[in-house]
Amino acid sequence: MSGMSKIVKTITSIAFPFVMIYGLYVILHGHLTPGGGFQGGAVVASACAMIVVAFGSIWTMKKIKENQLSILESIGAIGFIVFAFLGLIILFDNSGIFFKNVFANSVYLFGQSVEYASTTANINTAGTLPLMNIAVGLKVIAGLFVIVLVMAYASNKIKERGD
Amino acid sequence: MTMRNAAGVIFFAIVAVFFIFSILSLHPFGDFGEEGDKYYLEPKMDDYIIDNAQNETGANNAVTSVVFDYRGFDTLGEATVLFTAVAGVILIFRRLGK
Repeated sequence: MSGMSKIVKTITSIAFPFVMIYGLYVILHGHLTPGGGFQGGAVVASACAMIVVAFGSIWTMKKIKENQLSILESIGAIGFIVFAFLGLIILFDNSGIFFKNVFANSVYLFGQSVEYASTTANINTAGTLPLMNIAVGLKVIAGLFVIVLVMAYASNKIKERGD
Repeated sequence: MTMRNAAGVIFFAIVAVFFIFSILSLHPFGDFGEEGDKYYLEPKMDDYIIDNAQNETGANNAVTSVVFDYRGFDTLGEATVLFTAVAGVILIFRRLGK
């Protein structure tokens, strides 16, 4: 027996997907609307923290282990570094630049250009920015969720042991 | 010196060289421009970003273009801080939870 009452669990089950979708929207539209990887990742991580509070950390720990979240966070970090190093690997005028936005204003993915003072939301723009937003978002989701989950689980275990 | 230490020193040297070359290509700090310029008596940098962010990065959100493109190093540091925090929390609380 863990977690809170049936009312809280039901409301959490209803609210969770909407909070999740809003956070993912903030991450994926980071280059068009206010927000980005950090902010959207915090929203999604707070939805996951809501699950931890309502259903209990032991139930959540059965569903997902902290090792898996740690791997997810490392994938986000490596992705961010790789997109940063693309600017050094792909040369412009015989010189590479760290954090150069290599896909902006090109023919590749997210490569369409934007007029000055344009307010039209075209998601296929901004080069590496959406990719970096996704990598950082993944990193923040996994990082904040694993901090909440591991702390709650450890305090639960200590209370059970009685010391 | 062991093999592991040597690899660490070599990696550190490579990263340091990257950082030094990046610093050399930065704009000068607090550049106010000269008389007759468009942005005289204002810092050039913010007006430059307002005027050129959409053309250069293709992002409608200028804040994201600054955070992830013009000042990507800052975001790299933030990501490193988060990674260190997660590593420390798991290191401490995994032993307590056993």
